Amino acid sequence: MKRRSFLASSAGLVASVMVRPVAAIEQSSVLTALVKEYAAGAVVREGRVKFDIARLVDNGNSVPVEVTVDSPMTPQQHVVGITLFNEKNPQNDVAQFSLSHLSGRARVATRIRLATTQQLVAVAKMNDGSCWTHTVEVLVTVSSCIEE
Amino acid sequence: MQPSTQALQKDDTQNPAMLWVKDGEALWNKPEGAAAKSCASCHGEISRMKSVATRYPAYSSTQRKVINLSQQVNLCRVTQQQASQWPADHESLLGLEAAIAKESRGLPISPPTQRQLADAQKHGEALFNQRVGQVDLSCRDCHETLAGKKLGGNVIPQGHATGYPIYRLEWQSVGSLQRRLRGCMTAVRAEPYTHGAKELIDLEAYLAKRAAGMKLESPGVRP
Amino acid sequence: MARTLITVPRTAKRDEIIEIRALVQHSMETGYRRSSDGDLLPRDLIRRFTCRFVPRVAANSNAASTAGDLIFAATFHAAIAANPYLSFNLRATTSGTLVFSWEGDNGLAQTETVSLLIA
Ligand code: HEC
Ligand code: HEC
Repeated sequence: MKRRSFLASSAGLVASVMVRPVAAIEQSSVLTALVKEYAAGAVVREGRVKFDIARLVDNGNSVPVEVTVDSPMTPQQHVVGITLFNEKNPQNDVAQFSLSHLSGRARVATRIRLATTQQLVAVAKMNDGSCWTHTVEVLVTVSSCIEE
Repeated sequence: MQPSTQALQKDDTQNPAMLWVKDGEALWNKPEGAAAKSCASCHGEISRMKSVATRYPAYSSTQRKVINLSQQVNLCRVTQQQASQWPADHESLLGLEAAIAKESRGLPISPPTQRQLADAQKHGEALFNQRVGQVDLSCRDCHETLAGKKLGGNVIPQGHATGYPIYRLEWQSVGSLQRRLRGCMTAVRAEPYTHGAKELIDLEAYLAKRAAGMKLESPGVRP
Repeated sequence: MARTLITVPRTAKRDEIIEIRALVQHSMETGYRRSSDGDLLPRDLIRRFTCRFVPRVAANSNAASTAGDLIFAATFHAAIAANPYLSFNLRATTSGTLVFSWEGDNGLAQTETVSLLIA
């Protein structure tokens, strides 16, 4: 099969996505700067946040993500915000979520777009102002698209 | 298909195609056209459409040709409701088709035994086996010989049309089987048949025969 | 009007943490894509989502709180997938109404309500 010519001739290209095996990764300077700005002077630490993204996804147009934060979600101690940044889409902002102790659980799930292989970070802001992060690296492989 | 895509299809609260189904269910009950009749005014509850989608494409004695489900919906719209025909892949048409197909979820695909349908299936099979396009590949080359192999990052499926209309992540929307088939043709640099062309209906008829007995899972989610 | 699909349990036990799911039909056009004719497709995004909870008693006893409590909000950018999906939680304490709102480009403003009963 003339795969090369087939691929070269495909009208559009789809991205399919893989996440590198979880291991502490070196956060890209782009993300570090974004997190720093978001934290606005507060302490930023790794941990307490879990950024779940499927290991292998079919298409970069819609990638399910879930972020959970280790917090009792009481009036005294809770998450006030969860923010997602990406490294290499045309815009670094993905979404900002506001939570309160009424949420009961510090968790949000949504579906995002990923243009290319890159890092993503989830930042959780606690009511005491401290910020916690989890950075993941997502592999987006360009593959054949079968579309007009 | 990856587990995350399968999960979308399995869970109606996450499956974006359910938005189209909801649209279709609302349209089912809405009076339309000069006749000011709703689909429900003749057919009753949409649940009465159970198993209908498993039987399409089928020969229509009034049309004297084989038609697919969306053509049947359009037919009722024009002749029964006296409303204007929807173009191929119109959102409302997809909504109604998805809502009707959902009523057959889990039921086996069961093409009827009709002489005219058998002819269409036979012609569809010939088209399925025929090499086309600058890449010179037949449907069979990809969906039988190369099925399971990777094409770029995608695994080539067996090409069983069990979930139509589908929500396709690539389209970011719901689309018809004909849209999907046209996409396969464009991919091999063949001039795709126009929407509603006899060739596409015949291919659909053959695909239904080929998938006979498999369970309908509409509305499906695909990459 | 955009079609929406909201999933909330009809009833919950007091202090149960329930899951809320909200899907909305929207293209989330980024403003970076081109049409087949090469023209830039204008940006059309949902920018903001909020979910409020209006307790049943408060709705008639205390006018100030009829807007309810904000339990969850989201600000969306172009990287949110078409037909946005959200899932989040609420600690159910009392019966009332959940008020969901989506706002965005081209004057989009839509509100849906769902009632929640504490059994
Ligand atoms: C005035 C009555 C009337 C209305 C209104 C009407 N239909 Fe029909 N429908 C019929 C009749 C009669 C048939 C069978 C004859 C035929 O094939 O046209 C039929 C057949 C069908 C079938 C095929 C059923 C099968 O068992 O194969 C489908 C699907 C269908 N209609 C869908 C719709 C939809 C969707 C609408 C609304 C957009 C609609 N109909 C509106 C009268 C109606
Ligand atoms: C070059 C290989 C190739 C050829 C030739 C090809 N297809 Fe496909 N087809 C694919 C791939 C790859 C997909 C799946 C794309 C995806 O969903 O990511 C697909 C998807 C499909 C599907 C959807 C299956 C599902 O699960 O929904 C059907 C049906 C189909 N093709 C039928 C056909 C028919 C009919 C032809 C001939 C007119 C054809 N294909 C030609 C590669 C091909």
